[in-house]
Amino acid sequence: MSAPSSSSLSIRDLHASIGDKPILKGLTLDIPKGEVHAIMGKNGAGKSTLAKIMAGHPDYTVTSGDVLLDGESILGIEPDVRARLGLFLAFQYPMEIPGVTIANFIRAALQARLPEGEELEATDYYAKLYSKMDALSVPRNFTSRSVNEGFSGGEKKRCEILQMAMLEPSYAVLDETDSGLDIDALKIVSAGVNALRGPNIGMLVITHYQRLLDYIVPDKVHVMSEGRIIHSGDKDLALKLEAEGYDWVEKEYSAGKSAV
Amino acid sequence: MTTETKPDIDIDRSVGDFRYEMDYAFDAGIGLNEATIDYISDVKGDPDWVREFRKEGYRKFLEKPMPTHWATKDLENIVFENIRYYLSQGQVPKRTWDEVPDDIKKTFERLGIPEQERKFLAGVEAQFDSEAAYSNIKAAVGEQGVIFVGSTEGLKEHPEIFKKWFGKVIPSGDNKFSALNSAVFSGGSFIYVPPGVKVKHPLQAYFRINAQNFGQFERTLIIADEGAELTYMEGCTAPKFETATLHSAVVELVAMKGAKIQYITVQNWSSNVFNLVTKRGIAHEDAEVKWIDCNIGSRLTMKYPGVVMKGKGARGEVVSIALAGDGQHQDTGAKMIHAADNTTSNIISKSISLGSGRSTYRGMVHVPKHLKGCKNNTECDALLINSHSRTDTYPAISVRGQGNAVQHEASVSQISAEQIFYMQQRGLSEAAAMSLAVNGFVNDLVQQFPMEYSVELKRLIDLEMEGSVG
Repeated sequence: MSAPSSSSLSIRDLHASIGDKPILKGLTLDIPKGEVHAIMGKNGAGKSTLAKIMAGHPDYTVTSGDVLLDGESILGIEPDVRARLGLFLAFQYPMEIPGVTIANFIRAALQARLPEGEELEATDYYAKLYSKMDALSVPRNFTSRSVNEGFSGGEKKRCEILQMAMLEPSYAVLDETDSGLDIDALKIVSAGVNALRGPNIGMLVITHYQRLLDYIVPDKVHVMSEGRIIHSGDKDLALKLEAEGYDWVEKEYSAGKSAV
Repeated sequence: MTTETKPDIDIDRSVGDFRYEMDYAFDAGIGLNEATIDYISDVKGDPDWVREFRKEGYRKFLEKPMPTHWATKDLENIVFENIRYYLSQGQVPKRTWDEVPDDIKKTFERLGIPEQERKFLAGVEAQFDSEAAYSNIKAAVGEQGVIFVGSTEGLKEHPEIFKKWFGKVIPSGDNKFSALNSAVFSGGSFIYVPPGVKVKHPLQAYFRINAQNFGQFERTLIIADEGAELTYMEGCTAPKFETATLHSAVVELVAMKGAKIQYITVQNWSSNVFNLVTKRGIAHEDAEVKWIDCNIGSRLTMKYPGVVMKGKGARGEVVSIALAGDGQHQDTGAKMIHAADNTTSNIISKSISLGSGRSTYRGMVHVPKHLKGCKNNTECDALLINSHSRTDTYPAISVRGQGNAVQHEASVSQISAEQIFYMQQRGLSEAAAMSLAVNGFVNDLVQQFPMEYSVELKRLIDLEMEGSVG
């Protein structure tokens, strides 16, 4: 096991459970800044749970292991503090917040990142918001709609990517961002994500379809099963999984384990 | 009972929670009897008809039972014998802040009243305990014939208008507390807007209770003559005392043919105040009476603003926001009495219950059989912030006859842990997330408030939320 880089999102032998039920069973993963990694796996492998645990969802308990953001542990700190440290989660099912407009919501989130007593400059804010919206082909009237309320699946996902673009995280976890998207929406959302790629961000894309990875081409692909990473490879691994399924990986993994 | 739960959250009410020591020249003493009423009449120099009106009110007050058969038993904790019914320095309302005695002036300055007046108001009346300390309207408004004075001055200087409507919209025997108010009333506003005059900026009254074991009983009468328009706003605060304080106002509105009155309240009494208020308006032909009512403070508020739509085509509206924090009970609602054809009423009520706070909506909509073309829309939405808060809805809708339409919708919702987690994941603290969600819940109603008040409202909600988490 390599030492965690000081410039990475690093998950070290993480064990976590909900109630008495273990979900993560020794998961290790290192996402350096500047790279895009994908996690694939069957339903129930624990992929979405991993995302929530990293973000600090109160339903889950970490029993051992660590999550390091640029070398600092983020376990035991509040979800909002983790977010302000630079961790962003694009939700599979974004929540509706009735009566709170997207413009006010993002503004409040940016304001929360400023030192006490400092006010966000409104004109700069709107200029930035509009340019990011244009890049994501989001119509201007979006800003006055309540967050996710009455949104189509595609609108919800675009709204997530818009928030990511505005908040400029150093690490982003995209949980099943392709679910509920038709091919046109998938292209727009992927283009939005690709536009944010660069040396200052590390991304973890969670999906169980190869389809998304045609548009967001990952540097590495990991296979998750029963709460661990059981196999890693380059982008071609996704194609192989699509063609051959997951059974061979699982067999190899159990064979490898029994050989040890 | 939720109302008996000890508050376990200390809500920040720093805005109004301060008090300066006062010497009162006139004090009616503790308790209520005929002599108390004579004392008040003597001090105020009441004409005979007012003295008689008070005594009549007193008799009705004694006769009327407490409404505890349908309302909360907490009312029984009001000890009428322990209350002081009149307290003043013998002041006459001043027309400039410079003339207001320093000890009273500093209270209102701290509450920001003179500053608001400069910024966006057409006139201000500021009441300190029983009497107004300051009352003034901008010259341009006065020149249009608008009268804006205290009730004492109104009944003396303008008896021809005052007497015609006083006690007519809300008879003294309407309920026990309107009877009590009729017996000991002091302060409040008298406003008359002449035909066709549209007052552009709001007139404001501010009610301040400064004394302990005190009862404030202001009486407001507003008449908008044919085609006139007016917005009136009232705010109120009191310092927090250990013992109960009583606020029991009566507000009567008269909108003549084609007139519009909008009456806005932001109530932020401290959590020891019983706030038992009777408010009703009459809307004549094509007139409109709109109550915008926001209740944030008090121990117990019972208030159901009403509109009697007396003329054809009249409209009544009640928009209310109630926030019941720990240990508080907001029992609010609306009464819509349709008394002519083609009258329209609209009730929108949103309540938020926090901790052991409790909110109750009571509505009454009455459309008699012989009327045609009447419409009512009622929407009540309740938001519960945590599991032990409570909310009740009691809509009483009686619609007879044909060709009348009524619509009623009610909902109860909660801010879910998943919503809070979502907002926290964007970097908002739990308290900020809660505030944002609550502000979102009332957002469409808050937008109906004038800017300055909606900003204040948002701030008050933020303060409540800050105290309620973590």
